[in-house]
Amino acid sequence: MALFESTTKPTSLTRGDRRAERWGKILRKLLENKGATFGLIMVLGVIVSAIFAPVLSPHDPILSDVDKRLLPPIGQKGANPSYLLGTDYLGRDIVSRLIYGARISLVVSISAVAFSAILGTAIGLVSGFFGGMIDSIFMRLADVQLAFPFILLAIAIVAVLGPSLPNIIIVMAITGWVIYARVVRAEILSLREKEFVIAAQAGGSSNGRIIFEHLLPNVIPQCIVIVTLEMARMIIMEAALSFLGLGIQPPTPTWGGMLADGRVYLATSWWLATFPGLVIMLVVLGINLLGNWLRDMLDPRLTQL
Amino acid sequence: MMSINRDPCIQAESPFQKEIFVLQNLLRNQTFSAFESIEESGRSVKVYIFRRLFHSILVLVGISMVVFIILHLTGDPAALMMPMDATPEQVAQFRKEMGFTDPLPVQYWRFFKGTLRGDFGNSFRHSQPALSLVLERMPATIQLTFAALIIALMIAIPAGIVSAIRRNSILDHIGMTGALLGQSMPVFWLGIMLILIFSVTLRWFPSSGRGGIQHLILPAIALGMFSMARTARVMRSSMLEVLGQEYMTTAKAKGLAPPVVILKHALKNAAIPVVTVVGMELGTLLGGAVITETIFAWPGVGRLAIQAIYNRDYPVVQAAVFILASIFVLINLMVDLIYTYLDPRVRLG
Repeated sequence: MALFESTTKPTSLTRGDRRAERWGKILRKLLENKGATFGLIMVLGVIVSAIFAPVLSPHDPILSDVDKRLLPPIGQKGANPSYLLGTDYLGRDIVSRLIYGARISLVVSISAVAFSAILGTAIGLVSGFFGGMIDSIFMRLADVQLAFPFILLAIAIVAVLGPSLPNIIIVMAITGWVIYARVVRAEILSLREKEFVIAAQAGGSSNGRIIFEHLLPNVIPQCIVIVTLEMARMIIMEAALSFLGLGIQPPTPTWGGMLADGRVYLATSWWLATFPGLVIMLVVLGINLLGNWLRDMLDPRLTQL
Repeated sequence: MMSINRDPCIQAESPFQKEIFVLQNLLRNQTFSAFESIEESGRSVKVYIFRRLFHSILVLVGISMVVFIILHLTGDPAALMMPMDATPEQVAQFRKEMGFTDPLPVQYWRFFKGTLRGDFGNSFRHSQPALSLVLERMPATIQLTFAALIIALMIAIPAGIVSAIRRNSILDHIGMTGALLGQSMPVFWLGIMLILIFSVTLRWFPSSGRGGIQHLILPAIALGMFSMARTARVMRSSMLEVLGQEYMTTAKAKGLAPPVVILKHALKNAAIPVVTVVGMELGTLLGGAVITETIFAWPGVGRLAIQAIYNRDYPVVQAAVFILASIFVLINLMVDLIYTYLDPRVRLG
């Protein structure tokens, strides 16, 4: 007993403390990397904007004010100081619409990524573990899916089903499962031969238990990397659907929708199309930087993604 | 031993030629043995190609199923295809005419037979076979896609090589930051910004339509940007990997001029991953063309498909999606076959 006590005593940290310490270490490491720090700031910025949109927005994002149509951004002739980035063709504040636009962008892309990650990982686990007929069917399905220009597939399905929030999320989730399934499956194929899995099987563990307790935890790092990189793709895809008029319908502000509106006024009011795109690019860039850093930390083998 | 004749070093004139072969082949002994196995049994290649072909046909059948299903997702394609103000009687009449009252497998079989004959039905809007409408627009899409690919490769490959050779230099940092930006830029925004700068403000290029080369430049840049960025990064990392190999050190040590080392020894080996990426990029570009064509009013298949979706012209939608997906499958098939010859290690996987 004395031995045990002596080993446990020096580390008088509670579990919570240790977890905090680990997160602190990860954060310090992240802050050493300039790109990842920028990425973190961008990601936190967009999340804060989405959550606190009503507090942060200087104006109502939907209410139009015809007297203030197409005001240019600060620094231009005729600008109104209360409209930092100007107003659109209905006199709505661009800044407020950008802040509210973060909501749709995040809700749609986070849900789509979550669904596709769960679906894809489940398929990858089952395919890799059981092999045989199930595996062949899922992998052929993956091939068919990859043969489609996914934007066209999404456009066609949304056009048929109608552009509602659940429809858009489902369609985007469907276009995303393949990459998880493929990576997880490949990983499981090699894990399946490892001693600890064979030992668990020999010990009489059920298939479900092996999959959830032994295999799943080992593919989580890869999945996290894919999730971050997929977030970037989903944000662009949501914007693309909105841009084509197949996303969340007006008057709800979306970045893609704002871009589409701005395109009409390109010759006279450049700011309408410029700022939403800039925001999309910065957010996507931030996620990519954060994702690249995570990938290097967790699994350098995934560089081709 | 036949493999030695295929080795890139065979043309290198140097007294150390033989040593390099041995070294190189030792380093790549996997390649070596794979080459031998092909020479010994060309049959396995045929089996592979046959399997790959069969596989592609399966995928094409799958694509035709998806294209068929899309229209039936709502359960009532007739209501979807008829104008909004059609009376219920008209819809019922139309449903009967189109055979939508038959069981689904029967309908699919009819659709599948039509697909084999290239018959997707007539366009509702243009009263012309849907397939011929799509094929008419195909050259424009192919032109745009290849122009984008050429621009992307022309910039990405030298940029990737320079970044790798001058690793951590200012050029490398500029190139890789640019690549990161390029990968984060949505194609529709880039397109609009190009129009804003080069058409609206500078008036250098037209903003829409198809005509001479001046019409092609902006859409090709917009479409090619993402692929350019990705290819540059792959080229750089692939080149870095090759430059770190021992046979590169040997080549340098025996006094070959740096350009010779880079061009003859490194590039050929570094090109292998790039070939796959180029194949993948063609697919990305075909998909991206859908949006690019819409922005620049480029009269290609993508724009046709989007217009057809808005007009509820479903035969055209089905034909366009099917043709684009089939082209993608064919490109992948070709890339796989080319790849098999370039790098036998990946074969038979």
